[in-house]
Amino acid sequence: MMDGSAPPAVPPTPTVLTTCPYCGTGCGVAVTVKQDKVEVAGDALHPTNYGRLCVKGAALGETMLPKGRLLYPAVRDAGALKRVSWDSALDQVASSFQRIIDEHGPDSVAWYVSGQLLTEDYYVANKLVKGFVGTANIDTNSRLCMSSAVAGHKRAFGEDIVPVSYEDFENADLVVLVGSNTAWCHPILFQRLVKAREKRPEMKLVVIDPRRTATSEMADLHLPIRPGTDVWLFNGLMSFLHQHGVVDTAFIDGHTSGLARAMAIADNTAGDLRSVAAQCKLQESVLAEFYRLFARTAKVVTAFSMGVNQSSSGTDKVNAIINCHLLTGRIGKPGAGPFSITGQPNAMGGREVGGLSNMLAAHLDLDAPAHRELVQTFWQSPAIADQPGLKAVDLFDAIDSGQVKAVWIMATNPVVSLPDADKVKRALAKCELVVVSDVMANTDTSAYAHVLLPAQGWGEKDGTVTNSERCISRQRAFVPAAGEARPDWWALSEVARRWGLAAQFPYQSAHEIFDEHARLTAAGNDDEGSPRYLNLGGLVGLGKAAYDKLEPVRWPVLLPPPHAGGGWGGGGSTGGALAEEKMPPPQSSPASGEGSLMVFADGRYYTPDRRARFVPTTPQMPGGRLDDDYPLALNTGRVRDHWHTMTRTGLAPRLATHVSEPFVDLHPQDALLCSVREHDLARVSSAHGSCVVRVRMSGEMPRKSVFVPIHWNAQFASDARVGALVNPLVDPVSGEPEFKHTPVSVEPFMVAWHGFALSRDGDPNGTSRDGDLKSLTADAAWWTKITGDGYTRHELAGRRSDATWASRARTMLGATDPEADWLEYEDSTANIYRAALIVGGRIEACLFISPRPDLPSRAWLSSLFAKDQLEVADRIGLLVGEPLARGDDAGATVCSCYGVGRKTIEAAVRGGCATPAELGAKLKCGTNCGSCVPELKGIISEMRAQAMAKA
Amino acid sequence: MSGIRTVEELLKLEPEAFDITVFGAEPHGNYNRILLSPVLAGEKRFEDIVTHDRAWYARNGISLHTGDVVTAIDRRRRVVVAASGLEVPYDRLLIATGSRPFVIPVPGHTLPGVIAFRDIHDVESMLTAARDHRHAVVIGGGLLGLEAASGLLRQGMNVSVVHVNDSLMERQLDKPAAKLLKAALEKRGMRFLLEANTAEIVGSERVTSIKFKDGGEIVADLVVMAVGIRPNIELAKAAGLHVERAIVVDDSLQTLSDPRIYAVGECVQHRKNVYGLVAPLWEQAKVCAAHLAGLGHRRYSGSVTATRLKVTGIDLYSAGDFIGDKDSEDLVLRDPGRGVYKRLVLKGGCIVGVVLYGEVGDGPWYFELMQKRVDISALRQRLLFGRGYCEPQAA
Repeated sequence: MMDGSAPPAVPPTPTVLTTCPYCGTGCGVAVTVKQDKVEVAGDALHPTNYGRLCVKGAALGETMLPKGRLLYPAVRDAGALKRVSWDSALDQVASSFQRIIDEHGPDSVAWYVSGQLLTEDYYVANKLVKGFVGTANIDTNSRLCMSSAVAGHKRAFGEDIVPVSYEDFENADLVVLVGSNTAWCHPILFQRLVKAREKRPEMKLVVIDPRRTATSEMADLHLPIRPGTDVWLFNGLMSFLHQHGVVDTAFIDGHTSGLARAMAIADNTAGDLRSVAAQCKLQESVLAEFYRLFARTAKVVTAFSMGVNQSSSGTDKVNAIINCHLLTGRIGKPGAGPFSITGQPNAMGGREVGGLSNMLAAHLDLDAPAHRELVQTFWQSPAIADQPGLKAVDLFDAIDSGQVKAVWIMATNPVVSLPDADKVKRALAKCELVVVSDVMANTDTSAYAHVLLPAQGWGEKDGTVTNSERCISRQRAFVPAAGEARPDWWALSEVARRWGLAAQFPYQSAHEIFDEHARLTAAGNDDEGSPRYLNLGGLVGLGKAAYDKLEPVRWPVLLPPPHAGGGWGGGGSTGGALAEEKMPPPQSSPASGEGSLMVFADGRYYTPDRRARFVPTTPQMPGGRLDDDYPLALNTGRVRDHWHTMTRTGLAPRLATHVSEPFVDLHPQDALLCSVREHDLARVSSAHGSCVVRVRMSGEMPRKSVFVPIHWNAQFASDARVGALVNPLVDPVSGEPEFKHTPVSVEPFMVAWHGFALSRDGDPNGTSRDGDLKSLTADAAWWTKITGDGYTRHELAGRRSDATWASRARTMLGATDPEADWLEYEDSTANIYRAALIVGGRIEACLFISPRPDLPSRAWLSSLFAKDQLEVADRIGLLVGEPLARGDDAGATVCSCYGVGRKTIEAAVRGGCATPAELGAKLKCGTNCGSCVPELKGIISEMRAQAMAKA
Repeated sequence: MSGIRTVEELLKLEPEAFDITVFGAEPHGNYNRILLSPVLAGEKRFEDIVTHDRAWYARNGISLHTGDVVTAIDRRRRVVVAASGLEVPYDRLLIATGSRPFVIPVPGHTLPGVIAFRDIHDVESMLTAARDHRHAVVIGGGLLGLEAASGLLRQGMNVSVVHVNDSLMERQLDKPAAKLLKAALEKRGMRFLLEANTAEIVGSERVTSIKFKDGGEIVADLVVMAVGIRPNIELAKAAGLHVERAIVVDDSLQTLSDPRIYAVGECVQHRKNVYGLVAPLWEQAKVCAAHLAGLGHRRYSGSVTATRLKVTGIDLYSAGDFIGDKDSEDLVLRDPGRGVYKRLVLKGGCIVGVVLYGEVGDGPWYFELMQKRVDISALRQRLLFGRGYCEPQAA
C-alpha cells in the first residue's frame, strides 16, 4: 500500500556536498543527481576522507530508490495500516500521548531514537521530552554502541570528550586497535592508517581481537585475546608500565587524581605477566612484546570500538584503557590518546544534544541542579527531568511490564537490534501506543506500529552530524522528499504545537534549531558557570546562508568558522594521509587542524577538581557462563558491505555479493563437536532465542567462540535475527548490552532439500516480482533474500521432500500461462528439479532444487539477467547452470546414426581417409544405415577438388 | 540386403572358400531398402541407393540370377530349385528371404491404388500416383508409414495417416514425444486419424475412399498399407526347417534343423526376437559370414535397437525400454521453446531407454552407454544435458 510509486522526476542539479549516512567515520560525499541516477563520489575537500569512499559509501547511489519507502502517514485500524493525512496522524499521536501522560504521568511514555537522526532532530526530541513532557525517558540505539565510552569519558574526564583526531591516529608511532575490525567497519579511517604506515613504516599497529580479521591481518602484532578479558590486559599494562617506571609524574601530580587506588587494583588483579597471559589466553611472549612496545612508544593512540563497549564491563574496559594513557600522560598531545571510534553517523551529535536518558543537554547533567536550572531557563520549559530515564534495555522491559504505555521509535529497528529481541516483539505487541518514524514501509519494528510516520531519508533531510573526531559536517538534501516524508524535527514540533508549545517549538528550518543548540552549548559555559569543552559559540547566529555553506568543523568552536573569517587551529595543518596522496590539504578545512591540541592540551578537565580521574577497574568475566547446554560464546558484529539492519545497504546489488547470506562462523573443532558441516544450515540457540544460518569455517575463530553478523532480519531472511539470542546483560554503569558474549549452542538444521531461485524485478521503481515467490518462501523451512542487479535471489531450504515440484513450480515462478516459454528438468527419484521461465527471449526467473547443497553456481545464471536476449548456448546451458564448455566444434551432423559431424569427417579426410569405407573404419560414419554414404562420397570428392585447386 | 552383406563379409574373410550363386526375386542388383524413403521424398535417386550392381557380382565371380524365384529346397540332394527350373547344388545354403508387408485383409484391399511400401516398385507406383492423384491415405502410423506419408507429402499430395493406436510410433516413442512429432507433421500439412479402425476400402476400378468401423469415411485415391511386415518363411517351411514366427536360428545364425543351412535378416527368429531394423541385420551378417568361413570366432547374442525417423527436419531418436516400469527412474528435460524433449530411463544406475526429440546428437552416445551397461551414477546430474557437459573435451 505504501511503497511503490516513484517520487516526482528530479531535475538535474549541480553537485551537492553532504555526509555519508553510515559509520561514524563521517566521510564527505559529493552527489550529482542525473535524470536516471544519483552519482556519488568522495568529497575531495572533506578533511575526513579527501575524496575517498568505501564500498558502502560508493554504492549509496544504488540505494536511492523508492522501492520499499514509507511514503505516507498511516494509522492501524482494525489490524490493518490505513493511509491518513499528516494532520490526523499527528492529532492522534498528540492526543494519545497526552491522554496517557494525564492518566499515568510523564514516566509512562518514552522515546527511542537513533544515532541516524540528525543533530537538529535529536535536539528537538530531547528538548520536547526532557523539558516539556518532563521525563528523561528518551534513549537511543547509541546506547547499544558507545554508551560505555560515554560513561568512561565522563568518569575520567568529567565530560564526554573524545580527545583524539584522525590526524593523531596518523601521527602516532603506535596504534592499538582494541575490539575493532576497523578495516571493515570504518574502512576510510583504516585507509588513512594504512597510508600513514606506508609513509612511516616504523609506525606499529597492534590489534587486540579474539577473531582474526581483515584488520588483524595488517597488524604487526595480533593479540587474540580471550573474549571479555580486556580489563585484565590493560590493568596488566598499567601495572607493567608502573613497574618499569613508564610514568608521567608531572602530569599525574598536576592534572589527575585517584591513581593510588586504581594502581592498587591493577597490581592486585593483574600484577604479574604470567597470570595475565593465562587469564587472557595469550602467549606470554606476545603479551610482553605488546607491553614493551606500549612502554617505549610515547606517541600511542589506543582506539577502541564495539569489542570494548558492548560488554557487561564495557565502562571499566574504557577506563582501564584511559588509565594507561593518564599514567603515561599520553593524552592531549599530538599523536596520543584514547580514541573511541563510534559506529553511527551521528552518535556523537546525539551525545552533544544529550539525547540519552542519563544526560540532560549540551554536556550538562541531569543530576546537577545548576545544570537543570540553566537548561530549564534556556528552554523556558515548565518542567525538567531531574532523574535519569530508562536505558534502552530497561525501557523495553518497562514496556513489557506495562510501566511504559506509549513509545515513539525514530529511525531505528529495536525488534532486530536489541538484545533478547523476541522479548522486544512481545513488549511492542502489547504496548498501548507504538509510533514509528521511519523511511521504510516494512521493517521488523514497523510491523508493531499503531502510527507510522514517513521520515525523510539521506539526501532528503537537511542538518548536521558529528563524526568520531568531533567534526561537525552538514548533511544536505539533493532530492525532493519521497511521497509525504517530512523531517523528524518537524513531526516533533507539530506534536509540540498541538500541545500548545508553538512558542517553544517555532522551527521553520534546520538552521534555526542548530542555532539554538549552538547557543545552549555556549550558555553559562565559563569557569564561573558550568564550564565544558563542548562549545559551539563560534557557530551561533550563522543564519541560513552561512549554515548552508558550513564546512566541516571540529568542536570546540569558540570563534566563527574560517569562511566567516578567523577560525581555530586551522593553520599549520599537515593534512590527512589520504590528502597528501591525493592533493594538498585544503587550508579552508579547520577540522584538518591539530584539533587534538584544543582539548586537554592544557591539562584541564571539567571535573569538580578540574583533574582527570583514574578509575579503579576490577576485572570481571562476561555475565553469561558457558555450560553444557550452551558451550559456545556468541560474538556478533558487522560484515564489510552491510550496515545495521540492511534497510539501506540491502538495496544495493554490489553490496550483496561480498557476504550474501547470514552465517555462523566457528572453529572446525567446534563444528565437529556440534556435528555441523561447512555450507550446511545450523540452528544457533541461546537461552533467549535462536536463528538459522549458514555454517562457515573461515579459520578466523578461536575455539569455543562463534560469530554471527547483526544485519539480517525478517525482511531479508526467514530466521536470522541474532538479536533474539543476545543475552540482555548490561554494563552496570553505561547500560550497554553485552553483544559480544552470549552462551549458545549450535546444532544441524535438518532439511530435505536445498534450492535457490532468481527472479527478475519489476520496474526499477519498486513493485518487484517478489510477490510471485511468496508461495516459494512460504513453502520453505528457511530462506534468505539477496538483492541482485535487476533481479532478486532467494536461497531456500525445505523439509517437505515430495517430488511435486513440476506441478507447483509454474505458479511459484509466475508462469501460469500454459503457453509460457517454460524449461524444465526433472529427476523425480533423486528429487532434483530445475525450471526456467523465458519471456520474449529474456530470462524472467529460474528455480533449482536438490536434496544436497550441491547446486550450480549462481554467478553465471545471475549474469544472464543482464542480457536482453539469451543466445541458444545460454538457453542450452540454462538448466545446467553453466555455459557449454567450448569443445571442438564437430560441425553439422552428417552421420546421424553415430553423430559424426562434417568438420570431424573433413579432418579425417585430410588425415588420409579416401573412401567412405575408410571413414567408416575410422569414425563409424555411414556403417549403420548407410544413408550418409553419398554425402561422405560428396565430401571426399569436394575436398579432393579443393586440394587440386590449391596445388 | 542382409544376404549380400553376409556375402561381402564372407569374401573379406575367405574369398576362395566357395563358388557363390545368388538368387534375387527383384529384377536388378540390390539396393539399400532403408533409403527408399529419401527416394520417395525426392531427396535421393535410385542410383544413389544401389549398393551392388551386376558389375560388382561379376568382379567377385558371383553368378547372379535376378527375377528368378527359388521355389524349393531339396535338402536330401542339397540343391535349390528355381521357378525357371534351374537347379543349383549347395554345400552351404543361406536363406535371406526377408519379409513382406502385411496387408490388412479388409474388403477392397486388392483394389488398384492400394499398395504397400516395401520395394522400389512400390516407390515407383507411389511416385506415379502422386503425379495424377491427390488424396493419399497411409494406413499405419509407425516408422514406415510416417516416412511414406511425408514422402508423399513432399510429392504434393494431401496425406492422411490412419492409425489404430492413440499415439504415433508407439513402439518407439513415449506419448510426449509422439505428441511433438504429430504436431510437427501436422504443421507440414499431414492429417491424422488416430484410433481409427479401417473397415473397408471402397472403389470400383480404383480406390475412391476408406470406411471406418465407427462409420466415418475419407476420400482416397492412393492407399499405402504400412501396418507391419511378415517374414517370408514359406520356402523354409516347405523344406521342413523348424519355423515359428520366422526361421529359428542359433547364435551362429545356423538353422536348428539343418547344419548346412543358415539364415539371416528379417526372415529369422533369434532368441524369440524377429528384427525389422537394419542394425541387427548387419550384426547377423558379420557373425553368419564368420561361421560360413569356418572360423566360428563370432557369436550373435541379439541386438538392442535404436530408431530414428528418416524424415528431413524431424530429429527423433529412440532406443531400448523407453516406457520403463515401477523400478525404473526417469530423467526428463522439456524445452518446448526449442522443440526439445529428452527422456532417459534408468535402471540400476544404467541407461535402459532413450527418447530424444528435437535434439538427437547425443543419441548414439546414450545408446553406447546403454549397450555397454555403463554405470552413469557419477554423470547423473549432467547426463541428460549431453555429452558436452559430461566430458567437455568431447563436445
